[in-house]
Amino acid sequence: MDLLSESVKSMNGYKLHVVNTDKYKTNTLVWKMKAPLNKETVTLRALLPYVLQSNSESYPTTGKLRSYLDELYGATLFVDLAKKGEYHIISFSMEVANEKFLADTTALLKKAFQFLAEILTKPNVQGDSFDLETVEKEKRTLKQRIQSVFDDKMRYSNFRLIQEMCEEEPYSLHVHGDKDSVDHITAENLYQYFKNALNQDELDLYVIGDVDEKEVESFAQELLQFNNRSPQSISSSNYSRKNNVHEVKEEQDVKQGKLNIGYRTNVVYGDEDYFALQVFNGIFGGFSHSKLFINVREKASLAYYASSRLESHKGLMMVMSGIENKNYDQAISIINAQMEAMKNGDFTENEIVQTKAVIKNQLLETIDTARGIVEILYHNVVSKKDVTINDWMEKMDSATKDEIVAVASKVTLDTIYFLTGKEDK
Amino acid sequence: MEKITFDQLQEELYYENLENGLDVYILPKAGFNKTYATFTTKYGSIDNHFLPPGKEENVKVPDGIAHFLEHKLFEKADGDVFQQFSKQGASANAFTSFTRTAYLFSSTSNVEKNLETLIDFVQEPYFTEKTVEKEKGIIGQEITMYDDNPDWRLYFGLIQNMYKNHPVKIDIAGTIDSISHITKDMLYECYHTFYHPSNMLLFIVGPIEPVQIMNLVKGNQAKKEYKELPEIKRLFEEEPVVVAEEKQVLQMNVQTSKCLVGVKAQNVNQTGDEMLKTELCLNVMLDILFGKSSDHYSFLYNEGLIDDSFSYDYTQEAGFGFAMVGGDTGDPDRLADSLKCILLKGKENGVITNESLERTKKKKIGAFLRAINSPEYIANQFTRYAFNEMNLFDVVPTLEGITLEDIEVAANELLSENRFTVCQVVPKR
Repeated sequence: MDLLSESVKSMNGYKLHVVNTDKYKTNTLVWKMKAPLNKETVTLRALLPYVLQSNSESYPTTGKLRSYLDELYGATLFVDLAKKGEYHIISFSMEVANEKFLADTTALLKKAFQFLAEILTKPNVQGDSFDLETVEKEKRTLKQRIQSVFDDKMRYSNFRLIQEMCEEEPYSLHVHGDKDSVDHITAENLYQYFKNALNQDELDLYVIGDVDEKEVESFAQELLQFNNRSPQSISSSNYSRKNNVHEVKEEQDVKQGKLNIGYRTNVVYGDEDYFALQVFNGIFGGFSHSKLFINVREKASLAYYASSRLESHKGLMMVMSGIENKNYDQAISIINAQMEAMKNGDFTENEIVQTKAVIKNQLLETIDTARGIVEILYHNVVSKKDVTINDWMEKMDSATKDEIVAVASKVTLDTIYFLTGKEDK
Repeated sequence: MEKITFDQLQEELYYENLENGLDVYILPKAGFNKTYATFTTKYGSIDNHFLPPGKEENVKVPDGIAHFLEHKLFEKADGDVFQQFSKQGASANAFTSFTRTAYLFSSTSNVEKNLETLIDFVQEPYFTEKTVEKEKGIIGQEITMYDDNPDWRLYFGLIQNMYKNHPVKIDIAGTIDSISHITKDMLYECYHTFYHPSNMLLFIVGPIEPVQIMNLVKGNQAKKEYKELPEIKRLFEEEPVVVAEEKQVLQMNVQTSKCLVGVKAQNVNQTGDEMLKTELCLNVMLDILFGKSSDHYSFLYNEGLIDDSFSYDYTQEAGFGFAMVGGDTGDPDRLADSLKCILLKGKENGVITNESLERTKKKKIGAFLRAINSPEYIANQFTRYAFNEMNLFDVVPTLEGITLEDIEVAANELLSENRFTVCQVVPKR
């Protein structure tokens, strides 16, 4: 049985993906815009969705726009940004009640569609420019958003690792852009960029819920029409550090040191050995039965958290742990020893079985939420592959110990970043 | 086994109170892959002064012990329970709040085995001096992690401003010093006081067959012997109605300032429907005053006083309750003044209109539907409600019944100047 099936239709300028399921009380719409990451556009893209969601032609103030959403039984609208490999992705998400669970039976899905179309195609524009005041307000908030990364030390140290590790690559750019570039944005040039983005970005619309596919298609056809395009794609970069491991220590006023380590896996989503890589990551550090958790936390009592995760489209693996500043050397040596063990095949059949069971569980749980469904399906858009979740589980499940050791040998240590306190020097 | 149906929501809930006192709830969710179960004791960080069963004298235990106990229950003579759960394809976790400690798993296979593992590990404590000592390093790092987190410090700072005596002001994990005094005997004493089945609730939600699951739980419990537990005696000092501190400013290693305004609730001995109504009324009121569709939100946003981190909430438990409003800000003092002013004006006639009330009710009803897409939300919230003698599934009908007068009564009860307090985090000079 297919665990998850989507019907995909090519529309005017975008693809419509529909997943029909009756397990939710709400229906979800997600609009995705994808373009290559680069320094010139990253901050424009970081600002754009926030300006669009503030107001529109028919709802010229945030108050009016949000009141309308409240009237639609608290339909939600939120925007976010992500990096997948060297792509920068803007998402607009809406969730609206399914009226069959309400006393009031007004049809809400069409209204949600109309609203999303309004946000995307009828912004609050004067002449050839977005509303000036809106742009200025959102510029101020964007600066604060960029700045707030500094205040959350876990996010900050992760960002700094990437910045150091991928210095030469677009991936080092922050998903919310660059604070100094914000001031160069004007209501005019942002509007210009908006028109470009709608003409050039790869566009996808996901609709998840208890919906009538034909009806959804007709809404989409009627309300959302764009020019056809051939989206820009980039060849995957195979950057590798020529010299030794890059080691960075940064001092700040923090009580707990944050240790972040970056590896190149040299494997990306959809590659033949990607599925073995997932098992590798699971045995090494992905879970609370993994080597990192057991050895850094349970045995040595050095940390509360010690884990690893993959950036599937970029081919990275990141380890993170919060430790006492003085335990830096010990933590590094424990983590290195776990990596050595992986490369030497020093793990049991039991660990493999356990890890596969947990990964399978994780995948199935992910597709229990509408957002999870979209994230899983969107991997195929980014990678231009066609991996179903059934393939994914089967290939992962059939990964052998030899394959796991083989993929481990491709993983190379790149950068060690440590955010350390000032006191105990 | 009792079956309760909710027609509008198309949900069915199964319930039984077992012989040993355990409350068991089962909510089948067709179409989902995962089953999610929580096993929760009505015991949290505030329960630090009590009479252990069979003892003559009250005891006061170190700060952070409920959370410490939560960590230690996972460890057994033959290793830790995480290993066993992951072998069975489950992911397990736990959390400690002011009033509850919950143990949980989610899994898409081996549900019955995992459920037995959950019940058994919580009901079979294994504490040794050695493992207790080892845990101090791990929890020590959890505490320092929170120490560096400005949002946590802000939140706790605000609660500490409000409460003079009530243990809600104690950080849930305790301090490195307080946990250093914890021993295995203290853990056993807390365990035997608070982990009796009659003080606990098991909630299971997922694509499950209720009769079969209920039988499994009953069979498991029938094998274990529990003496009847006398009512748990918890002790709390008298708490003044006014706040302990009106303002606190924390200097931290941040670039953006933060500000929260809190209001301490005075009418905190409610339970059941009365409590549900108060909580909903005050959350509706906050939504009308500060929601994104409100004029106040636009004003604060346009003035650069708030950004998208802005949030507001009212929460109440037996013995304490508070409203909180705030977030990151360019001007923490101006934000504090504006928020106070808006709240105090909120009681005045005419600020909250019938139109805004009706709109906000719709919004809240939609939000409830969205929330019950989540098995985690259902299990966790249902338990919290049940411990306060409320029913999660009464939320929509109660919301529908709220009138302007109800809001006015709740607002007048809450909003009084001497129960306001402010906490700010500002960049270190």
